[in-house]
Amino acid sequence: MKLYDGWKIILGLIVFFAFFSLPVWINLSSAQSRVKPQLEYPKDSKQCVENKDYMNHYHMNLLNFWRDSVVRMNYRYVVRNGVVLTHNGKPLEMSLTLACLKCHNNKQKFCDQCHNYLDVKPYCWDCHIEPKGGLK
Amino acid sequence: MGLGISFIYFAIILFLAWIAGVLPFLKVFFTTVIPYVALVVFIVGVIARIIRWGRSPVPFRITTTCGQEKSLPWIRQNKLDNPSSWLGTLGRMLLEILFFRSLFRNTQAEFRGDRLVYSVDKWLWFFSLAFHWSFLIIFLRHFRFFTEPIPSFVTFLQNIDGFFQVGLPIIYITNILIVAGLLYLFLRRIFDSKVRIVSLPSDYFPLLLILGIAATGILMRYFFKTDLVAVKEFTVAILSFQSVSGDLINKLSPLFVIHFTFVCTLLIYFPMSKLMHLGGVFLSPTRNLANNNRMKRHINPWNYDVPVHTYEEYEDEFRDKMKAAGIPVEKEV
Repeated sequence: MKLYDGWKIILGLIVFFAFFSLPVWINLSSAQSRVKPQLEYPKDSKQCVENKDYMNHYHMNLLNFWRDSVVRMNYRYVVRNGVVLTHNGKPLEMSLTLACLKCHNNKQKFCDQCHNYLDVKPYCWDCHIEPKGGLK
Repeated sequence: MGLGISFIYFAIILFLAWIAGVLPFLKVFFTTVIPYVALVVFIVGVIARIIRWGRSPVPFRITTTCGQEKSLPWIRQNKLDNPSSWLGTLGRMLLEILFFRSLFRNTQAEFRGDRLVYSVDKWLWFFSLAFHWSFLIIFLRHFRFFTEPIPSFVTFLQNIDGFFQVGLPIIYITNILIVAGLLYLFLRRIFDSKVRIVSLPSDYFPLLLILGIAATGILMRYFFKTDLVAVKEFTVAILSFQSVSGDLINKLSPLFVIHFTFVCTLLIYFPMSKLMHLGGVFLSPTRNLANNNRMKRHINPWNYDVPVHTYEEYEDEFRDKMKAAGIPVEKEV
């Protein structure tokens, strides 16, 4: 068996193999590939505006809807079945800072866990100040 | 007819994947066994195919390419289309692989009234280029699911691809372009009767399959969200040969199983189909051989090894007789 222009063919095959097996090499060479997101949930609060499954999958849609409602239509409070929701006796505002971050007050241990894991770069923080863990 | 068969194949795979997303036993099989089968078939298949091609001898350089060959000094050579050097050939290959230069020359023949008219047709070039580049960028963007840590080029590509910041999750330009490109390539085969008559199931099927991959991916990103953390834990485990727990497999949504099965199908189908033009384009003999026939001797590799009697030897043998007969000789001795 003769391979014509053998070294070129073999070089090409090496490049092919290296390119398509790159994810495997990255994963195997890094201990990080076994690290999984560890979310820290609020301890003193049990109730979110939606159920956990919905929030897990669709929180970005909710926040986007809130943003549009507040900024474009001036609807400021979360309304469910015609009634304004309350939190600790006060009406619940459609606001990242004034609602979500009151309970989820540590960005590094909550938002960033999944976002960094999946390389999601939401532009929330272009405007909002990052909570440093002490925001109440 | 080819179209119908392709749809049937596609529907069978879609049905199997959908069943697999619902039935636990099949789901385990489709998410832990099939991907490794697919990876091995893809890698080994492509290498075997290329090696088989590499064993074909290349007897001569193809000179009738698209430009003036190197000739007398006052005739200008087309160095990119008809290169005689290593560098020019590299340039021609890069233009072919990165920008589909030969497709750029595409023309279209059609009847206008009763006249046959040949016209320039850049649409095929445009949509092919859009499709292929989008597919590459989408594949590279998917490294965010394949690896942990994520390579930095992923963030770079996401920023450029989502430049317009439209919608949430941000709409990627490549997501639109890949669907537009695939639809053009697919509909061209259906509505252009000249292309339709030469189209086979193997032409329709890969387009349908990749369209299925793109559609399920877009559905998952924008409409029916899936548990991405679970998806990434799963793919990283697969791509680092870790075991996958049943709990994790349960978290994978049916739509993801369909997307994943389509990708595995593509990988398995790849080495035994026209998709091998991924490797084949590098071996195009009209592109990758410098036109240097007049500078370098290329010996046909399948020439028989016959004893040769060169003119010099012939003259040595018969010099006396040639001189005696008055025939001019090259060496007088």
